[in-house]
Amino acid sequence: MTALLVIFAKNPVHSVLYLILCFFSISGHYVLLDAQFLAIVNLIVYAGAVMVLFLFVVMMLNLNAESDPTKPKLIKFAAVVSGGLLMLVIIASIKYSENNLPITANADATMGNVKNLGKALFTDFLLPFEVCSILFIAAMVGAVVLGKRENENNQ
Amino acid sequence: MIPIEHYLYLSVILFCIGVTGVLLRRNAIIIFMSIELMLNSVNILLAAFSTYAGNNAGQVFVFFIMVVAAAEITVGLAILVMIFRNIKTVDIDSLKSLKW
Repeated sequence: MTALLVIFAKNPVHSVLYLILCFFSISGHYVLLDAQFLAIVNLIVYAGAVMVLFLFVVMMLNLNAESDPTKPKLIKFAAVVSGGLLMLVIIASIKYSENNLPITANADATMGNVKNLGKALFTDFLLPFEVCSILFIAAMVGAVVLGKRENENNQ
Repeated sequence: MIPIEHYLYLSVILFCIGVTGVLLRRNAIIIFMSIELMLNSVNILLAAFSTYAGNNAGQVFVFFIMVVAAAEITVGLAILVMIFRNIKTVDIDSLKSLKW
């Protein structure tokens, strides 16, 4: 998986590029799951906008492999071991749990397309949708304020 | 069709890679990216369950999670740039104090 390369790559720019690759493969999984809308949104929002933002910040801060702060060897080893143990525990608990997962054979392939998802979004989930847009505006204003105030202090 | 257990395992593996990334790195931007990995693993899980259960509420929630994650990343990166301007590093271990 390219996700492993994200956290083990020395150079932050390489790390960002591997993460883009990982998001592309996640979009592929969405297509396999008949969720075409989510696949497109994932491509546009994550692989497009968010990753450009990350790349922009990495390049603006001028980070490279030499300036990358690293932890001591022992802590690195402990981090990998604890992550692996967490994975082992969760996978074992899935494997030995009672298998009553909600699997229905009558899942229709048109469920995840734009029409049906939009219908659900604007009827059943109208209030969360509007709250999300307000949250988004607040985040946008917050980002602008955070970026601007510092400039005035410096001048 | 792929059994749903495989999506469970994929999601768990991605999530644990994200956790390991948070523990492993000191670069704050890479820690943000690991958090993105964890959010995406949960998104895969939600989408898989919604498809297999024949109910598209899960996919709507994946959409909401994406919106919230995008907002979080925007504000987080703005804070990170501000921190970098002040202390000239992205090493999170140098942020031990709340004021400088």
